[in-house]
Amino acid sequence: MIAETLYTGFGAWNPVIWLVAFVVALLLAWAIQRLGEPDIPGDGESGKSYISGNDEPSPEDGHIGGSNLYWGFTEAMKGYYARVIPLHTGCLTDYVLWFLGTFALLFIFIGVI
Amino acid sequence: MMDFIIANAPALLIALPMLGAFALPLVGRLGDSARTGWVLGVGLITFVIAALLAWTVLSGGPVLYTFGAASPADALPADSGGIPIRIVFTVDAMSAFMAVFASFVGFITCLYSVASERRSSGKDGYYALMLLLLVGILGMVCTGDLFNFFVFLEINSLAGAALVAYRIDKGVSVEAGLKYGFLSTLAGLMVLYAIALLYGQYDSLNMAVIASRMSYTMLDKVALALFVAGLALKAGAVPLHFWTPDAYSMAPGAVTAFLVVASQAGLYGLFRILFSVYGLTLSYVTVGWAVIILGVLSMFVGVTMAIPQKDVKRLMAYHAVSQSGYMLLGVGVGLVVLGDAAAMDAFGRTAMEGGIFHIVNHAMYKGLLFLTAGAIFLQTGTRNLNKMGGLGHSMKWTMLFFIIGALAIAGIPPFNGFASKLMIYESVFAFSPVIAVIAMVVSILTLASFVKVFHAIFMGPEQPRHADAGEVPKPMLAAMAVLALLTILMGVFPEQIVTTVIAPAADALIDQSAYVATVFGGI
Amino acid sequence: MIENVPFFCAGLLVIIGLVVIVTKKDLIKMVMGLALVEAGVNLLLVATGYISGGVAPIFTNAPSTDMVMPTVQAMTLTNIVIGIATTALLLSFVLVIYKKYGTRDVTEMRRLKE
Repeated sequence: MIAETLYTGFGAWNPVIWLVAFVVALLLAWAIQRLGEPDIPGDGESGKSYISGNDEPSPEDGHIGGSNLYWGFTEAMKGYYARVIPLHTGCLTDYVLWFLGTFALLFIFIGVI
Repeated sequence: MMDFIIANAPALLIALPMLGAFALPLVGRLGDSARTGWVLGVGLITFVIAALLAWTVLSGGPVLYTFGAASPADALPADSGGIPIRIVFTVDAMSAFMAVFASFVGFITCLYSVASERRSSGKDGYYALMLLLLVGILGMVCTGDLFNFFVFLEINSLAGAALVAYRIDKGVSVEAGLKYGFLSTLAGLMVLYAIALLYGQYDSLNMAVIASRMSYTMLDKVALALFVAGLALKAGAVPLHFWTPDAYSMAPGAVTAFLVVASQAGLYGLFRILFSVYGLTLSYVTVGWAVIILGVLSMFVGVTMAIPQKDVKRLMAYHAVSQSGYMLLGVGVGLVVLGDAAAMDAFGRTAMEGGIFHIVNHAMYKGLLFLTAGAIFLQTGTRNLNKMGGLGHSMKWTMLFFIIGALAIAGIPPFNGFASKLMIYESVFAFSPVIAVIAMVVSILTLASFVKVFHAIFMGPEQPRHADAGEVPKPMLAAMAVLALLTILMGVFPEQIVTTVIAPAADALIDQSAYVATVFGGI
Repeated sequence: MIENVPFFCAGLLVIIGLVVIVTKKDLIKMVMGLALVEAGVNLLLVATGYISGGVAPIFTNAPSTDMVMPTVQAMTLTNIVIGIATTALLLSFVLVIYKKYGTRDVTEMRRLKE
């Protein structure tokens, strides 16, 4: 196979070498996994997850839904989101106004400066 | 026969899908399989013609096609007074590159629609609009005539808006379609106003003629601002992106994947106007910075708005906005250093190649992601991330394709998004380290939000409410598999693609005199 | 000065159309505003082709000089046809929205946002 090196002008990137390294790492992981026990003992109890003695939640409750993920991120960026989200009003008039405003700004930028 | 096709490829490229679209109501009467065969056949042949045209262009230089002339290369007949009076298609490497992947995505989305729309009504109109959208895109990227460009822009907008609203869905789709149609019509009229301003001054509609006469007066500046605003709206750059999440989220999955390409045709128009029509006469530093600012805003606002979304397609639509920011950034950096040959060689050319490479990469992986979203919607009937979960158990192939698309959009090696982003990062770093850092942060946030989507849709225990969600039909899987395969191949062999296709496309944009010489025959 | 009046009129029509679009709340009136913008653009197009004292561009028996450029007239006609198509499409969208939402008010048409 030809070396598929991508020259970016500053460095090079060769996906084939990267892929080979990736496959080697996968093989190592597989080899380590092979060293473990093939299966858990089949008495039915050892396979259950232990949640401080509580029962396992039902599938609906056990899944963390989309809105709960990255709650911390949106909470930390609250100042930013409180300003940006309300701009997306969903009102066609506002969309047109944004278009005209951007044109005006562009014109000042291109025509005057 | 073969010679005829190659000689008339630019005309056939438009005529064939148009014939396919208008014959559909007749063909549809013969039954479902006839219609399917017709659409796929037309799509495939269009792609083959585009590939032949691209091969001609890459091996033999730009192709000139004059409609209605005795010979297609005869753009300047003896009695014309030295200006092209007919409609001229000038297909250079950039146009050919856009045409090839646009017709390819068109074919793939039609293939996907065969399965995803199999139970819906009104298929004649649906496929006719798909083919018309393809006509609009191909015409926009091939034409060398400004008014003709506007006509194809309108075909593109109208077919796109009608497709967005095609499945009425309690009126919400129509709301999205109305917003899209209204805004793109307004943008199209602004573009036409700019064309009229140019025509009034230079007495020609041909881009090459206008380029050779361009003197950058005040009216030209007004026209330029109108062009940039109108085409940036079509491309969905912040702060003109508001229609994008609405339209992308409500359109059927296959349509959304194709709408991405329709937006990129707007991006192409922007680059063509900036580089080929205005070229070195415009104050490229200010205009270049305007493009860069639009790009950086799109990248950052797009990705941060994507993170809190609950609707999976809305989330992906914001990512589409964010990714088009990378293209604007790469090409904008090239524009800023357009007059500076040393900087152009040092990093400008690489930045432009990265930006253009990102266009095709984005069409591939974002198309793939929208197709997986369509598959998930088809099987679960919801787009709400909070109501999904555990689908990895039943939709293994879709999950695999989703992973490939998500890693590619986040710029993880060895997928194609990494290759183009690497070129953009490194060249932009040489230009302005701060912007390069912003670009990387945006990539990290992209990965973060796709981790969220992946977890919310596929991970977790099997959900009883999605018990009947199985794998999607084979044509849909085939369409996704082709895009996934290309995503990988273009990531593993980036250098081949950059040297054979992307570098000529970037050169075609940079070298304005070559574009003018195409029409004037080397004068 | 007087020969520039058509251009000012064209600009004025576009601005009136834009004002109608951003001030009116009724979707049908907004589409009418869009049609006004289009009329302004059409006027500008057709005005760029006018030559003072020019004759109609009928090739067979026209004098050799001073013909009015026919390109713009073809362009204007094309744009009128495109305009009919867009207006019809947008009005049919408004029709469906009125049926489903029970209102033509643009501020009520906000089920898609954020």
